Amino acid sequence: MTNCHFRAPEPTLQVIEPPKGAELLAPSVNARVAAQWLEAFLHDELVVRRNVPRAVLGLSGGVDSAVTAYLCARALGAENVYAIRMPYRLSSAASLSDAQLVVDAIGVQERTIDISAAVDGYLQSETGADARRRGNVMARMRMLILFDQSAKLNALPIGTGNKTERLLGYFTWHADDSPPLNPLGDLFKSQVWDLARYLGVPRALVDKAPSADLEADQTDEGDLGITYARADAMLSQILLGYNDAQLRERGFSCEEIALVRGRVDATHWKRHLPTTAMLSNTAINEFYLRPVDF
Amino acid sequence: MEPPASVEVGVETLDVAIVQMKPRKGAYRENVRALRRVFSQLAHSPAPQLIVLPEAALTGYFLEGAVYDLALSTERIAADIAAEWQAEAGNDPVDLAIGFYENFEGTFYNSALYMSISNGAPSIVHTHRKMFLPTYGVFDEERFLSRGRRLSVFETRWGRMAMLICEDAWHAIMPTIAAIKGARVFIVPSAAPGRGVEGEEELESITRWRALLTGAALEHGVYVLYAGLAGFEGGKGMTGNSAIIDPFGRIVVQAPPLGECVLRAKVDLREIDLARACLPLLGDLGAVLPDLLLDDELPLPRAGADPASY
Repeated sequence: MTNCHFRAPEPTLQVIEPPKGAELLAPSVNARVAAQWLEAFLHDELVVRRNVPRAVLGLSGGVDSAVTAYLCARALGAENVYAIRMPYRLSSAASLSDAQLVVDAIGVQERTIDISAAVDGYLQSETGADARRRGNVMARMRMLILFDQSAKLNALPIGTGNKTERLLGYFTWHADDSPPLNPLGDLFKSQVWDLARYLGVPRALVDKAPSADLEADQTDEGDLGITYARADAMLSQILLGYNDAQLRERGFSCEEIALVRGRVDATHWKRHLPTTAMLSNTAINEFYLRPVDF
Repeated sequence: MEPPASVEVGVETLDVAIVQMKPRKGAYRENVRALRRVFSQLAHSPAPQLIVLPEAALTGYFLEGAVYDLALSTERIAADIAAEWQAEAGNDPVDLAIGFYENFEGTFYNSALYMSISNGAPSIVHTHRKMFLPTYGVFDEERFLSRGRRLSVFETRWGRMAMLICEDAWHAIMPTIAAIKGARVFIVPSAAPGRGVEGEEELESITRWRALLTGAALEHGVYVLYAGLAGFEGGKGMTGNSAIIDPFGRIVVQAPPLGECVLRAKVDLREIDLARACLPLLGDLGAVLPDLLLDDELPLPRAGADPASY
C-alpha cells in the first residue's frame, strides 16, 4: 500500500468558444439580399420618385463602377443605362478594355469621352500642379462631363463610391461624391467585391488591384498604406465605437490604427455639405429640417 | 359544451386585412385617395371586419420638421378615412387601425387610432400615443414629438386589444403590460428601415422583428397583427414584412419586404385559449408580476424614495 491513490482522469469536456480572429475579418455581405435591395432602391428613386428612368455613370474599368452598372441594368434595363468612359491620356489601357468587358457583358449604352484636352487646357497654365492637384482636376472634369451628359440624356448621374473610400476620405470632394444617388455608399470595398462576384462582374475587374488610375502604376492599397480587407475589418469596428485599446486587443497594430483612425477623423468634413454660418432661428438644415424626399 | 367565456358566440373569428402601403412623402390628400382605391378593392371581396394600416401610413415616416405641417387631429383623420370607406362600401361597417402623426392642441405625437365605422360615421374607440420614441442612429422622433404616457387596452367586438407602435413592441414590458391588462390581439403599426446585409436570406432587421413578434405572440398567447410601411424614403428602405402571427407564435401569413400588398386572413380567436392552455405563461405572469413590480429594489419613483435612485 502506498499513499498514492490512483485517480481516474477527469473526463475532458468540449470547450466551445467564439471563433478566434473573427474581428480581423472584413465584414461579409449576403450578396443576393443586398443586390435585391439595391435594385429596389434604384428603381424606387429613378422610376417611382423622380420619374427619370435612365441612369448615367462613369465606367472606369474598376469594380465599383462595374457593380453599379450591373445594378442599374437590373433596375432599369440595360438600354436605359449610359456608361461613359472618360480616359485621360495617361490612363491605363487596361482600364478602357476592362470597362468594355462590362459593356459587352450587360449591353449598356457606352460612350468614350477623352478628357485629356479639357484637363490639359487648364493644367498647361498650372505647371506646378502636383499629382494630387492633377488627379483632382481629372476627377472634377469627369464630374462635369457626367452632369452635362445627364442633362443631355435626361438621365440621372449615379455615384459609384463605396463606404471604405468615403470613410478614409479617399475621393475628390464634389467630384466622385457628387451624384444625387449612391447605391454602394454603405458597403465596404470587401462587400462590393462579394457583390461583384455574385452579379457576375468579369473576373478581370474583380481580381485586379483597385486603382484610382490617376497616375501610372497607382493602386489604392499603395496609396492608403493598408489592405482593404484589413481597413474594412477595422473601420466596421470603429463605426461601432470600439476604442484604440479594444482594437489593439483584437489584433490591430498601433500603426494601422493610427493610420485608419487618422484618416477618418481628418475627413469628416468631406462627408458633409459645406459648413454654413448660422445667423438665424431658421437656418437651413439646422432649424429648418426637411427630409430629402419631401 | 359552452364556449369559453372570453369569446362571444358568433365572434369566434376575425376577418383581418392588413394593408402594406407605401405612401407618397408628405402627400396626405393623395395618400387618402390611394387608400380609397384600396377600400374599393376590399369592400367587395368580401369586406374584412378589421383593416390594419402601418405607422405614419398617410404621410410617410421620416418627416423631420414637416411633421408640424402634416400632423392632424384624431377626429380629422377618422372623418377623412370614414368618408373614403363610405364612398366605396356605403353603410357597411368596418373597424380600422392606422398609424398617423397626431396634433393634439399643439402637442405632437406618433399615434395609432382604432375606429369603428358604421353607417359612414366614425367612432373613435382608442388612440394610442407611441411611448418609446426612437431617437438614436437614423431615428430622431423625440426631437419633434412628445411621448405617450399610458399603455391602455380597449374593447372591441372581438375582445380586448392593444396597439403598440414600432419600438413600443421592442420593449418586452410593453406586450407584457398589454397582455396582463387583458389584450388578446396586439395591433402593431410600424415603419422599420431595413438594415443589416450579413444575415441569411434577408435583411437582419427583418429577422429580428420576426423574432420579437413571434416571441411576444407565443409568450402571451395573443394574435399579433403587424402592419409594416413599405417603400424607400430618402434611401432608407422600409421593410414591409406585414404579418399575422397566431397565439402559438406561428406566422399565419406574411408579406414580402418590398412593395404594397394586402394580407388577408380569417383568424380563429379560439386559438388564443388553446394556446394559453398549452402554455399558461400569462397565468403564471399574473401571479408573479405583483412581486416583480412591488420589488423595492426596482428604480421606480415612490413616496419617500431618493430621486437619485430612479
